[in-house]
Amino acid sequence: MEHGHHEHSADVNHSSGVKSYLIGFVLSVILTAIPFGLVMLKTFSTATTILCVLAAAAVQVLVHLHYFLHMDRSAEQRETVVSFVFTVIILAIIIGGSMWIMQNLNHNTMIMGN
Amino acid sequence: MSNEVLSGHHDDHHDGHAHHDTGSMKVYGFWIYILSDLILFASLFATYAVLHNSYAGGVTGKDIFELPYVAVETAALLLSSITYGFAIIAMYKGSKSQVISWLMVTFVLGAVFIGMEINEFHHLIVEGHGPDKSAFLSAFFTLVGTHGLHVTSGLIWMATMIALISKDGITPTNKTRLLCLSLFWHFLDVVWICVFTIVYLLGVM
Repeated sequence: MEHGHHEHSADVNHSSGVKSYLIGFVLSVILTAIPFGLVMLKTFSTATTILCVLAAAAVQVLVHLHYFLHMDRSAEQRETVVSFVFTVIILAIIIGGSMWIMQNLNHNTMIMGN
Repeated sequence: MSNEVLSGHHDDHHDGHAHHDTGSMKVYGFWIYILSDLILFASLFATYAVLHNSYAGGVTGKDIFELPYVAVETAALLLSSITYGFAIIAMYKGSKSQVISWLMVTFVLGAVFIGMEINEFHHLIVEGHGPDKSAFLSAFFTLVGTHGLHVTSGLIWMATMIALISKDGITPTNKTRLLCLSLFWHFLDVVWICVFTIVYLLGVM
């Protein structure tokens, strides 16, 4: 029933659907232009630029999730969001863990090499 | 259950609800596949993060990445995301011709992206910077190439959808397929945000 309601509301709201995609698109263009501009123009120091670039990417991912993949806090989206959050935790463990382990390994190998 | 939705022959024997429920369950199942695909990309990103400084005396990201070129690729993929969105809106409106037109526009934009990526890879290999030269280049080709392969499968799927919708129209089965492809296509754009940020933008700094 929930899904039926969801699709029904999508049926009536063509214009709001277009609007949602357009908002997402404009935000994405801005959030893409900023990091490309910062890196190409070298306005700030390296550390500041890296932070801005990573922040812009994180925000743009959220923009895509909300405006293109339609994730929100509604009841019919709950399972989608919960499964996604679980996956993000796994991603953090895989990426963070790999980098941590390999960095330590590199470090230790260098000490032994010396 | 699965045959009902996949074959689409039982449309007349079921009310809308049965289709709705199996349809949305399929979309959710496809979402679970996408999450597992994210884990594949996570391991490739982790590999790249570990190996991105292992140049083996060869070229670095600074030497080979051209940001204006990557910006155009990014624009093509981002535009294709919104045109696919318009295809979905047309699907809810029930306009077969609009769905087909937007899918074709999306297909062309996706093809531009893939064409540019193949050109970039070809250029690098011809210049002697192939994936066999250093761990950095192996990780780069694997990560970006895997994303490219996904986009290519998306294009094949999209061409199939254009043919299916031309033939059968917007049936409940085709709706479910279009919604799954929608998830897949937007997911590839999300992965590309991470690729251009981590690989290209941070790579040239």
